[in-house]
Amino acid sequence: MRFTWFNLMPWPYLPDDFREKNRSVWVDIPSKLYDPKKGHFVYHQYMDQLEYAETLGFDGIGCNEHHQNGYGLMPSPNLIAAGLARRTSRAAICVIGNSIAGYNPPIRVAEEFAMLDVISGGRLVAGFPVGTPMDTNFCYGQIPALTRDKYKEAHDLIMKAWAEDEPFAFDGKYNQLRWVNCWPKPIQQPHPPIYIPGGGSIETWDFCLDYDYNYSYLSFYGYLRGKSLLEGYWDRVAKRGKDDSPYRAAFAQIICVADTDAEAEELYAEHCLYFFNRCLHVFPPFADPPGYRTVNTIKYGALSQLRLEAQKLMANLTWKQLVDERFIIAGSPETVRQQLEECITGLRIGHLFCLLHTGNMPDWKTRHSTKLFAEKVMPHLRNLWPTFKDDHRWWIQPMEDRLHPEEMQPGAEKPGQEWR
Amino acid sequence: MKSRTIETKKGTRCRVLEAGSGVPLVFFHGAGGLLADNPFLDQLAARYQVFAPELPGYGESSGEELLEDMLDFTLHGWDVVSALGLTKPHLVGHSMGGMIVAEMAAIAPSDLARLVLVDAAGLWIEEHPIPDIFALLPDQLVELLFQDAVKGQALLTGGVDFSDMEAFKEFYLGQQRRLAMAGKILFPIPNRRVSKRLYRVTAPTLILWGQADRLIVPAYAQRWASLIPNAVVELVPDAGHMLPYEQPQALVGAVSRFLG
Repeated sequence: MRFTWFNLMPWPYLPDDFREKNRSVWVDIPSKLYDPKKGHFVYHQYMDQLEYAETLGFDGIGCNEHHQNGYGLMPSPNLIAAGLARRTSRAAICVIGNSIAGYNPPIRVAEEFAMLDVISGGRLVAGFPVGTPMDTNFCYGQIPALTRDKYKEAHDLIMKAWAEDEPFAFDGKYNQLRWVNCWPKPIQQPHPPIYIPGGGSIETWDFCLDYDYNYSYLSFYGYLRGKSLLEGYWDRVAKRGKDDSPYRAAFAQIICVADTDAEAEELYAEHCLYFFNRCLHVFPPFADPPGYRTVNTIKYGALSQLRLEAQKLMANLTWKQLVDERFIIAGSPETVRQQLEECITGLRIGHLFCLLHTGNMPDWKTRHSTKLFAEKVMPHLRNLWPTFKDDHRWWIQPMEDRLHPEEMQPGAEKPGQEWR
Repeated sequence: MKSRTIETKKGTRCRVLEAGSGVPLVFFHGAGGLLADNPFLDQLAARYQVFAPELPGYGESSGEELLEDMLDFTLHGWDVVSALGLTKPHLVGHSMGGMIVAEMAAIAPSDLARLVLVDAAGLWIEEHPIPDIFALLPDQLVELLFQDAVKGQALLTGGVDFSDMEAFKEFYLGQQRRLAMAGKILFPIPNRRVSKRLYRVTAPTLILWGQADRLIVPAYAQRWASLIPNAVVELVPDAGHMLPYEQPQALVGAVSRFLG
């Protein structure tokens, strides 16, 4: 079982009346709510936490891409990943991922991911989301009905750019490039592990299975709600005749660990409620532009009016509800261990994205929860998939003799001396 | 009106409403499609041979995957005219349909008689940004489309009872399909640069606009008139963006006076 410490990087200063005064945390959030000087401290704190997670033995550290979003401060996750690559040397750097339908030309992603893989010594996990409609359609202007087609083309271009050794011409519908010649190339061959984060489109399952990519269901609503979707995925895996390695699937889960269940509520309730009440307050039409979801997905899943109901639910959530309905997994190490075991085996996932920073949680609480998780929970969940312990198909293959830049003091080797 | 299904050379299948006799007139609907009742078409059929094709992705028309960009939509318009066997018809387009017929008139200026644009999409004026129709709650959409929102709501939903979950679901899926198609030429900004091509239009053109259009305000009527060589503007009082449905008689009167 693998664990990645993941930070969405929420803006922690949304006002108490954010929900009443604003219609959406995403797309048209008032930019005056952002304070760049506070942002300076926020970025460093969040990146420090990711680096701290590596020292505690997490397998990966993760970031993702969102635009114009109050709960995601990473329009470019690659910049964060570049910083992490210079201050870590062991953990996988999971960029989950770049919304490739929005990049023009998408060869940029092939180049930047290759750079990250090279700088990190082969530790990149490369995520290719279709992109949320908020990001890809409303912020980045892509046509909803053509997004999936454009995504597919961008994927084909990137994978070919990594695979080919000679310059080639790419005559795409959305991208015409006479000279594709990816430089640099990634260390990991044939390519870094590919993760496809999905929000629930059933077309994504077949896409993952066509190429044997990891399917990552990134939900904030917990494993009870995630179950039916992952069951659908595993049905599809079986129908396609693929093996059922749990490493084919990953899941994101908000987790809060304290010494006791009561202490968990005392320490973390306000921050989790901040996340659900303010950070998930999205104007419903931004979540469902016509054409983004196929008719099959709409029929399979909930209608958008259910999203409206979900919005209403968010407004009045309590800690008890969050915990009882397993939106979050919170409590003593033993409580968290039990529930996570249920989550991991129930969903059949080999990789858990642990959301251990939530909402406006201060640094010390985040570290407290993270440390307890690493020391008292994680070790007990390591061997949940003994028959697949040698399955590394969806994992990084770093260079053995890579540098450990975080151990080098700047100036220690007197750079520049040789020029004198 | 009668309806039949035609197949275009490209392979789309389109339902076409038709009625009347006389000079042919082809009406291109807006992003919401034809409604359950279209009295202005019935009235136009008293003077003209009226055809109202439904775009693929709307109602029973299919083949939407074959049409992806503005040129596809424009040529599809002419493919429909060919499939109907018409020569030099009048072209009338409302909203998104106006955008399509304006492109048709620019690309093949000799192939139509006269052109009528009704509250047409297709231009963008920085001082008058058009609201994002893809990011609206249903009641907000109705407010923008109709001068009278209460009557508008009833017209738009065709009397569907939304407390009936199945009926709602069907309407919702239909609306998603329609707007997914419309988004190919309207998202994120309903401007595919027809303004660069309008100098080519030779057909005498009527720009008809609802005085109370809150979606595409009447300033756009003047902009169309300044770009099309031989155009006149007529504003219709007590009409919003859905002018054909809010003031059918005014539309029929203006169109008949213009086409003769």
